[in-house]
Amino acid sequence: MQNGDAMISALLSHDLPKSKVLAALLGLILLGLALAPFLFPGAAAINTAAKICIFIVLVASYDILLGYTGIVSFAHTMFFGIGGYGVGLSLYFLGATWPIVALGIVVALILGVALAFIIGLVSLRVKAIFFAMITLAVASAFLILATQLSALTGGEDGRSFRVPELIRPATKLLETPVFGLEITGRVAAYYLIFFAALALFLVALRLVNSCFGRVLQAIRENELRAEALGYRVVYYRTLASCLSAALAVAAGCLSALWLRYTGPETTLSFAIMLDVLLMVVIGGMGTLYGAVIGTTLFVLAQNYLQKLMGIASAATEGIPLLPRLLHPDRWLLLLGILFVLSVYFFPTGIAGRLAGPPRKEESQR
Amino acid sequence: MPAPETSAPVLETRDLTIRFGGHVAVNAVSARFQAGELTAIVGPNGAGKTTYFNLISGQLPATSGQILLDGADITGLAPSARAQRGIGRAFQITSLFPNLSVHENVRLAVQARAREAASLTRLWSGMRDWIEKADRALEEVNLLAQRKTLAAALPHGDKRKLEVAIMMALEPRVFMFDEPTAGMSVDEVPVILDLIARLKAQGDKTILLVEHKMDVVRSLADRVVVLLNGTLSADGDPATVTASAIVQEAYLGITPKAGGARG
Repeated sequence: MQNGDAMISALLSHDLPKSKVLAALLGLILLGLALAPFLFPGAAAINTAAKICIFIVLVASYDILLGYTGIVSFAHTMFFGIGGYGVGLSLYFLGATWPIVALGIVVALILGVALAFIIGLVSLRVKAIFFAMITLAVASAFLILATQLSALTGGEDGRSFRVPELIRPATKLLETPVFGLEITGRVAAYYLIFFAALALFLVALRLVNSCFGRVLQAIRENELRAEALGYRVVYYRTLASCLSAALAVAAGCLSALWLRYTGPETTLSFAIMLDVLLMVVIGGMGTLYGAVIGTTLFVLAQNYLQKLMGIASAATEGIPLLPRLLHPDRWLLLLGILFVLSVYFFPTGIAGRLAGPPRKEESQR
Repeated sequence: MPAPETSAPVLETRDLTIRFGGHVAVNAVSARFQAGELTAIVGPNGAGKTTYFNLISGQLPATSGQILLDGADITGLAPSARAQRGIGRAFQITSLFPNLSVHENVRLAVQARAREAASLTRLWSGMRDWIEKADRALEEVNLLAQRKTLAAALPHGDKRKLEVAIMMALEPRVFMFDEPTAGMSVDEVPVILDLIARLKAQGDKTILLVEHKMDVVRSLADRVVVLLNGTLSADGDPATVTASAIVQEAYLGITPKAGGARG
């Protein structure tokens, strides 16, 4: 038992959840995702679970930039897209085998990290707002490029492609069902996504708890002081942005493998950028566990709030106004209200709130 | 007692100047600072003391002139590069990492000196040597009990102590204290002054101290440099300089007739 605890602690880089409620919540999410195909049968449920896994990695990687280093970037979905297109186009043009998947991942990683490095070098030595603007411009340019180069990317429609046989939906891996579940390629694909996402999340956790990671927090807190201590701020920021980009690219690769499709809407759009931003803020900036909670809540709300509102709307029939307010078409309105409330009541995010009292801002400078 | 003129200075500024538009904040200041010597830099508010410090540690770029460390020109280097070469700075306006713990604040300084400073694989929580080193620095300023407190939550006096502890943990060769006891309560001041005295007793550190309290200057300093309107206007042993007309009049605001030098 002692050994088991020590191993879990080491896996989590000794950064254990700060409170019992938080730990319980995280355990619940982990369990839910690990057993999702068995617990929640149906295509919609497993899709939601896979999306949560993929977005946990994407949101965690964004939090390394925003929450830990204090860099605002709008190009994060671009890296997600590079991963998606890297794997997607490789499979589309070169055939559905695992070496091709690996090739796609490697090419996407190189491209993504190189791009992050260049953007970082050009703009991270100047004011933060300038970096944000540059990322916005580069991301827009990339989006336009991806939609215009339709011979390569399929333009607005994107590309559908075949994945390696093991994870194709039609593949039957076992003759007999396990706990009433047919073990198809879809289940294999889900577990590939799940374990890859888990591993990537643990890597991210290791990163922020390394010696390097603490310097990032120092830079967020007081750039001038960090520099005066001898830390080259530009170097640390650039490296952080490259590492974060690499994780986002990996998330994009997973997304392509799951969806068997890549297109501007699913990976590159600013709507996704906005979602990622909301998930980070709702979960809590500067804590990777917040990314898990924020992502899970947000994706669940996105997928099930409409249904829930339909039920509520039907239940409140007869009462004036309420059914109309609760009409499923108004789900975005309700989501907006929930978001405003969560930021108002939990300015440090849900994980931040559960971890302890709100942070104090330096009152005098 | 000033070190003999013949020994090579650790730190030297040659005609160091910075201009903000038409205003010359530091005007052609040339001074040499030896190892084992504590130099107090005095002058009225706005005389350019902190600006002079900012030029040496690199927060501001010099308009002209040179800064030499061990004879090597460091005028064009980034603050981080100067820190790595051994220039330590404690700021007048407390400059901490507010949402990190007291211990983490000091640990970051310890880590900055280490080869593995940027390690991606070594865990922050696993560096036992650094933990001990940081705690020792905190012990020196009586802050060990508050090691887990967030820096932002400390009372003002403790923030000042932490500021000093961060520089101590950096183990520089040149220590630059910018009014380290400003805003501290009377019973806290001796902690910092003892610390500076102990540092000086080590005999190999170069210490620069901006300080307003004349009794502190007289008891600690080997040498006093007076800045007036950005210009170096007196340089010598404490007794002579603090008694001189220039300090009495311009700095202490007392005319030579009205007040005699104490001690």
